[in-house]
Amino acid sequence: MASMLMNPLRSFLFTFVFPLTLSVSVSPVQTKSKKTLAKPGVKNIVLVDGVRTPFLTSGTTYADLMPHDLARAALQGLLHRTSLPKDAVDYVIYGTVIQEVKTSNVAREASLGAGFSDKIPCHTVTMACISSNVAMTTAGMIAAGQCDAIVAGGVEFMSDVPIRHSRKMRKTMLALNRAKTLGQRLSLIGSIRMAHLTPELPAVAEFSTAETMGHSADRLAAAFGVSRLEQDEFALRSHTLAKQAQDSGLLSDVISFKVPGRDMVSKDNGIRPSSMEQLAKLKPAFIKPHGTVTAANSSFLTDGASAVLIMSEEKALAMGYKPKAYLRDFVYVSQDPKDQLLLGPTYGTPKVLERAGLTMNDIDVFEFHEAFAGQIMANLKAMDSDWFAQTYMGRKTKVGTPPMEKFNLWGGSLSLGHPFGATGCRLVTTVAHRLQKEGGQYGLVAACAAGGQLSMKVKQAYP
Amino acid sequence: LMYSRCLCVMYSHFSVRSFVNYEVKEDVAVIRMNDPNSKVNTLSVQMQTEMTEVFNEVLANNAVQSAVLISSKPGCFIAGADINMIQACKTAEEVTKLSQEGQKMFERIENSPKPIVAAINGSCLGGGLEFAIACQYRVATKSKKTVLGTPEVMLGLLPGAGGTQRLPKMVGIPGAFDMMLTGKNIRADKAKKMGLVHQLVDPLGPGLKSPEERTIEYLEEVAIQCAKDIVNKKIALTRKKGLMQKAQDYVLGIEFVRQQIYKTVTGKVMKMSKGLYPAPLKIIETVKAGLEQGPDSGYLAEAQNFGKLAMTSESNALIGLYHGQVACKKNRFGVPERPVKNLAILGAGLMGAGIAQVTVDKGINTILKDTMVDGLSRGQQQVYKGFNDKTKKKTITSFERDSILSSLTGQLDYKGFEKVDMVIEAVFEDLNIKHKVIKEVEAVISPHCIFATNTSALPIKDIAAASKRPEKVIGMHYFSPVDKMQLLEIITTDKTSKDTTASAVAVGLKQGKVIIVVGDGPGFYTTRCLAPMLAEAVRVLQEGVDPKKLDALTTGFGFPVGAATLADEVGIDVAAHVAEDLGKAFGSRFGGGNVEVLKTMVEKGFKGRKSGKGCYVYTPGLKSKDVNPDLEDLLEKYKLAANPSVSSDSDVQFRLVSRFVNEAVMCLQEGILNGPVEGDIGAVFGLGFPPCLGGPFRFVDTFGADKLVEKMRRFEHVYGNQFTPCQLLLDHAKDSNKRFHK
Repeated sequence: MASMLMNPLRSFLFTFVFPLTLSVSVSPVQTKSKKTLAKPGVKNIVLVDGVRTPFLTSGTTYADLMPHDLARAALQGLLHRTSLPKDAVDYVIYGTVIQEVKTSNVAREASLGAGFSDKIPCHTVTMACISSNVAMTTAGMIAAGQCDAIVAGGVEFMSDVPIRHSRKMRKTMLALNRAKTLGQRLSLIGSIRMAHLTPELPAVAEFSTAETMGHSADRLAAAFGVSRLEQDEFALRSHTLAKQAQDSGLLSDVISFKVPGRDMVSKDNGIRPSSMEQLAKLKPAFIKPHGTVTAANSSFLTDGASAVLIMSEEKALAMGYKPKAYLRDFVYVSQDPKDQLLLGPTYGTPKVLERAGLTMNDIDVFEFHEAFAGQIMANLKAMDSDWFAQTYMGRKTKVGTPPMEKFNLWGGSLSLGHPFGATGCRLVTTVAHRLQKEGGQYGLVAACAAGGQLSMKVKQAYP
Repeated sequence: LMYSRCLCVMYSHFSVRSFVNYEVKEDVAVIRMNDPNSKVNTLSVQMQTEMTEVFNEVLANNAVQSAVLISSKPGCFIAGADINMIQACKTAEEVTKLSQEGQKMFERIENSPKPIVAAINGSCLGGGLEFAIACQYRVATKSKKTVLGTPEVMLGLLPGAGGTQRLPKMVGIPGAFDMMLTGKNIRADKAKKMGLVHQLVDPLGPGLKSPEERTIEYLEEVAIQCAKDIVNKKIALTRKKGLMQKAQDYVLGIEFVRQQIYKTVTGKVMKMSKGLYPAPLKIIETVKAGLEQGPDSGYLAEAQNFGKLAMTSESNALIGLYHGQVACKKNRFGVPERPVKNLAILGAGLMGAGIAQVTVDKGINTILKDTMVDGLSRGQQQVYKGFNDKTKKKTITSFERDSILSSLTGQLDYKGFEKVDMVIEAVFEDLNIKHKVIKEVEAVISPHCIFATNTSALPIKDIAAASKRPEKVIGMHYFSPVDKMQLLEIITTDKTSKDTTASAVAVGLKQGKVIIVVGDGPGFYTTRCLAPMLAEAVRVLQEGVDPKKLDALTTGFGFPVGAATLADEVGIDVAAHVAEDLGKAFGSRFGGGNVEVLKTMVEKGFKGRKSGKGCYVYTPGLKSKDVNPDLEDLLEKYKLAANPSVSSDSDVQFRLVSRFVNEAVMCLQEGILNGPVEGDIGAVFGLGFPPCLGGPFRFVDTFGADKLVEKMRRFEHVYGNQFTPCQLLLDHAKDSNKRFHK
């Protein structure tokens, strides 16, 4: 895993995605006698089920596919898992970050390919790492009475990314289209120089600041005094917990996928519990030589897709489903894209709790997106600091930190992988599953994304 | 850990030092500098004494293996040597001794058995840079405030504490000459490329402490690690040289090549400075001494030349300008009642757009208003180009450019003017138009809004006559091109309120200007000084001196731009306009050349650079310019016979300069000027008066008022009252103890 990230091309792409955050609150089945978060006059929205393809390190088994193939696999898996009739949903929404130009509305291509009725409208959204969170929160259409059932999902395919001709070359080629005479064409072709042939790679860095995400994470870790040791320990924790979850069959959202021309895939392949000694050997990947963010304590480039089925409670019950959780509330926040790029969870958590009328203590399950171990640790430190809360958040006291015994217990993006567009659905489904398994009442999802944004959700267990 | 904590306690207990202190972290001594009496650290006597003490203790302390040198001030490592310390010296020998003491101290640093890492955040200039390059290793933050450089040449000095000897070895001979002869600031990333620093550290954002505080702490942590790694031999101090470096070293090892470099550099310096500035030549001489005759000769030459330069009138003049500039960057009118947050500019011409450009990136919402779509569009493009050029040079990102420009609104109407705190008009120089504008604007602005007028010659009180609220009217005379010229001349009338002035100065300072505040009158200060000199220049042309020769005479005296070129730059039409207006106001004293010469030129379309023809012909894309051939015929018509007794090269120079200087002194005499400092700053930064002379007032002090009066009397005899010395100048001529500058 480590070596994957050391590859410069890979690490750059990876950076591009992170600036947004989403938190979802999921509430599971009413097991304890806590208050319900239902709002009078507003339809209850439920998560019926969620699935995902195995998350694979990019360049491995999925290498020859296209993004919509992955999304299609997730959709078919969802159909299979829920036995949903193919015309029973009103809308399909997908989130993605690096778009394949041929399938820019990947939601539509995947939905048609998965055999959904061609009468179902589909659209694709993007908001960096929280793209599928945006897809899910569009379920607000249900509350608004527009729809009763939607499928939301996310897909990211890093094994192939659009690499373009240079702007000069594109300009020449377009002019060539319009050239009328042979002479004009020849003179345009003659104008091509070596410089025209340099390809243009997808954004290496945050557009507004020209800083890569890994670089920003390293600075963030330094700003909060997060040590290399702390980061490596957290990364090791993520991998260890993910391995345990995988071995004990807790990752039930993963579907098996027969990859055309290749083997059946049914497990994530990035989980590699290592040792602290091994982790300590790695050199910093972004800030050299004194940085602390390494390939091993960062999330890696991943291919994968996810999908969730969201309905109004009445509709779900009418169709005979037993929903897994209520989707209760959400909030998006954004900050300075330079120095607070990855601090979304700190800003978003208190906001979404306030909206839902809950406190940190009410939450039984926390699922935070792990972009970088350093970013998670920095957020935890920020949430634990009165000074930070007073100086930058206008609060009187600190936000408070989530207890680690409730935090990302089945691994996270560092170990499971992080297909940018698909991670949001994974987080939400995981919270629902953990609430059921652990018997909790409320869950909180937080993810940060490129551009300095964050989304937060609160979920309530379905009784 | 316990041990080191004990040590810290002990040091702070026994120490009475207030500038330099140190604490031991594990086996690294962290030496912190912090001048308690100033915003910046300078290498003052006190600083040096305490530094030596600390250094001795660090060397003697067995628990210490290495050291980190860092400043506790955000934004400043060491800003340079203490200029006052040099100025307090009476003789060259005293200054040479200062230099030798500095050399000795840095030699000890360089030879320290315990490696010293300089951790640089903020300005590291002059003596500060010399200190840093004597250390074994340098780490710098990538902050925008971190700049390295040797600005001594701008004060007429040379790097006098080993800089001339260490820099060529560190960055190569050409690089070292570039740094020392231009005095330019080098940003951290460039410094790393040049080999001036070894490692860079990113500035940090908000964390558990303020970004500034945490960034310094982080820099310290990284520097401590470097210090340890040097001791552990994880970091090698001899850097591997690349192929290019080896090739360059080889070439520069050839004596003939080096001689060629000295020759070329000397040639360039002579061309640019006309030999009027001794410092660059001494720098070349000193570097050469070290490279050709060995370090002993080099260091000796450095100390001796430093002493000699400190005693030159040029250095005295340049240091005077430096102090003046610092003084003119302060607001002596206090804090305005309300800060200007919204500003509107009328007229999107060259001036208006230039003012918008220097305003909009200072967090001020700026409206640029014109009456015509074409004019507005041209102006907006000028502002865009200004910032886009910065993007190309990578001083700002394209995102920052867009973000800055989002505060600029271009419009043709008065929408939103009710929210504006200040209006600066830059419309055509015509009293009637200005009156019309002031009435229109006063109908739409709120009562607190200030009305500033950008004019180069129209008296402000005449413009204010149309205002219902003259206490809110003030003059702000910008110089073209606004984004390059540092000076802003602010003109107050008897009725202008103090708060209005304070507000105008505050805006000007935000725009990054050096500001002089002068009284009202025809031509105020700057235009009034320039007009008689230009009148004399026209007479010189009429007497048969060709424009190239005129330019050579003026630049030979130290003006950066020759008189004929200057007239073309200002615009012949503007010059004609001003000459006529001021001629009416001041009478024959402003005579000399025939105004008709300028008027005829304007009629023929020779309006200067902007029209492609003036004294010279300008071909777009061509840097060289030829004398306008039609000008010769025109001048033939107005030919005057030159009087050989006052027409030598030197006489022509003094005819031009003495009229300038006499008028400047008269402005002080009449109270237009607040003092000689502002007079010198205005003349040098606004009109290009020779910086090596330090401005008209310092020139009188140095040259001698009596000698100047004597020359003027001789010219007066030939030409009349244009050369009559004013009373104040006569007073100074009579009493040699009277000086404008103490």
